[in-house]
Amino acid sequence: MKILTANRLTDGEAVWYSTDHSWAEIIDRAELAQDKAAEAALEAVGKAAYDDNLVVDVNLVDVEVIEGAIVPNRLRERIRASGPTNRNDLGKQARPQAA
Amino acid sequence: MYRYDEFDHDFVKARVAEFTDQVDRRLAGEITEDQFRPLRLMNGVYLQLHAYMLRVAVPYGTLNSKQLRMLGHIARKYDKGYGHFTTRQNIQYNWPALSDVPAILADLASVEMHAIQTSGNCIRNVTADHFAGAAADEVADPRPYAEILRQWSSVHPEFSYLPRKFKIAVTGAERDRAAIQTHDIGLHLKKNEAGELGFAVYVGGGQGRTPLIAKKIRDFLPEEDLLSYCTAILRVYNLHGRRDNKYKARIKILVHETGTEEFARQVETEWAELKDSQLTLPEADIRAIEAYFAPPALTARPEGDEAIRLARLDSKSFSEWLDQNVTTHRHPDYAAVTISLKGIGEVPGDASDSQMEAVADLAEKYAFDEIRVSHEQNLILPHVARADLKAVYDALVEIELATANSGLISDIIACPGLDYCALANARSIIVAQNISKRFASLERQRDIGELKLKISGCINACGHHHVGHIGILGVEKKGAELYQVTLGGSGDENTSVGDIIGRGFGPEEITDAIETVVQTYLALRVDRSEKFLDAYRRVGPAPFKEALYGGEAKAA
Repeated sequence: MKILTANRLTDGEAVWYSTDHSWAEIIDRAELAQDKAAEAALEAVGKAAYDDNLVVDVNLVDVEVIEGAIVPNRLRERIRASGPTNRNDLGKQARPQAA
Repeated sequence: MYRYDEFDHDFVKARVAEFTDQVDRRLAGEITEDQFRPLRLMNGVYLQLHAYMLRVAVPYGTLNSKQLRMLGHIARKYDKGYGHFTTRQNIQYNWPALSDVPAILADLASVEMHAIQTSGNCIRNVTADHFAGAAADEVADPRPYAEILRQWSSVHPEFSYLPRKFKIAVTGAERDRAAIQTHDIGLHLKKNEAGELGFAVYVGGGQGRTPLIAKKIRDFLPEEDLLSYCTAILRVYNLHGRRDNKYKARIKILVHETGTEEFARQVETEWAELKDSQLTLPEADIRAIEAYFAPPALTARPEGDEAIRLARLDSKSFSEWLDQNVTTHRHPDYAAVTISLKGIGEVPGDASDSQMEAVADLAEKYAFDEIRVSHEQNLILPHVARADLKAVYDALVEIELATANSGLISDIIACPGLDYCALANARSIIVAQNISKRFASLERQRDIGELKLKISGCINACGHHHVGHIGILGVEKKGAELYQVTLGGSGDENTSVGDIIGRGFGPEEITDAIETVVQTYLALRVDRSEKFLDAYRRVGPAPFKEALYGGEAKAA
């Protein structure tokens, strides 16, 4: 299972392509690609957003859904989704919506 | 310290204007990311995991209070209230918005700072001994030469697109505190028998995935030949360095594959063409640059001895700090102070906006307005009257920067690792924090003695793990973090690359493994005077392997 992620051009904020077709600052509502066709569709979305100068460093990343929550397989992506593990006052984890 | 002249001001101002325009065009969609990436990198802007990262140059690690205050201001206004001092004597901000970078660069320019050439395949910030100009064992201050190299290498048209990045370090003392043998070019400033200044020249050192110790290719290069000889080295590298493989593109690989003798011969041949050309440094120019680095007027302050004697009686913690973080100065009434950015359990190299401002105030009041950044990620006040040490200490206690651990096991170098860095494979900071907490007792640390522990979160080795007495390299194995331990590395005048000691350890195991290494050392050292590195060099890896893996080896 994969989701589409990138960093926003203007401020570098980590963002995920979401079910409402926006680039959200949280991973929770990321659109899931369950098969190759869906992955290709997400890739196309990513390329278009890159070409439109909305985002940079666009990638599909592997995730699992655990108890209803999207959890990336790699620690790198989990850290992107929450913030530095040594300081929970920084990054997404520090924001009210993540609580 | 060096002051910008009109040319410098105009140059930096022009660069800010140019990059501001480039950012505007990028944000307006007029240029693509592929076009913009090399431009932003030339101005120190990286993209990391959570945000952009801005790396600001601190030439040879020297700052004045106005500059440090500005670094604090930038941390507060544009970032998240802190900055990270790096092993290249620079500072990095982890959260700037791209749209704010032009304003940050304008603020930096107002205090004669910039982010030019802090990335890219060019000659990077020239680093130097952090005690330069203060050290008792110094032949001469290496910074004038670092400044000459900075001026020569800034937007050098021939050397702006090298096969790979290029790092130069300069030291002015026999005791190498600038790790010159791990640099592309290492310069050891010394005097010949006639008392003339010149350099021993080392080439081809570096860490990363292929750690190699630099080779000395010239024992004495007269100071006036500095630029012509460096140009010769860079020309040979620019011509023959590999551009087909990023991992083999550094000059260390070229020197290694060509052979030191043949490489030196090629440099000498090239130099024969350049020597006595317009690149020869006029005596007057060297002395003019040197004048910028003239030592402050250190008036006699003989009352320091008595003041310290009394203060020691009064405060044990001051006494311990004095023994650990205060270094002999060439003037008997003065000392160099290491401000540890390694508080127990803190992030190595991080300083808050208010700490930066407070240190700037201290420098202004007690240290002739000078601050240094060390490659060991600490701050230095290079010239403090011994009579003022207690006042400085008390002020550092107030801002929680008085940890007396310089050179001890908790004075850890650590790269940002996977908590921030897009290249990292494993976290570094949390490993450093856990080890620091495990060895929190300063009494225990002092008993262990000098021990340089260095941690990198990937093989690029920004955390200098190869030259740590104990090195830790984080890798990713089967989706999990794994930490490899190396022992016996050193980044001084007797540089050595550490030996990989065996299989790696998980995040939950690595602190215990380090504890085992330290206990093994304590059990086998001849006495307290035998430091960890000396003991390791005497006994080799076997006892440490046995202690770490013995049981499992027998069980297998």
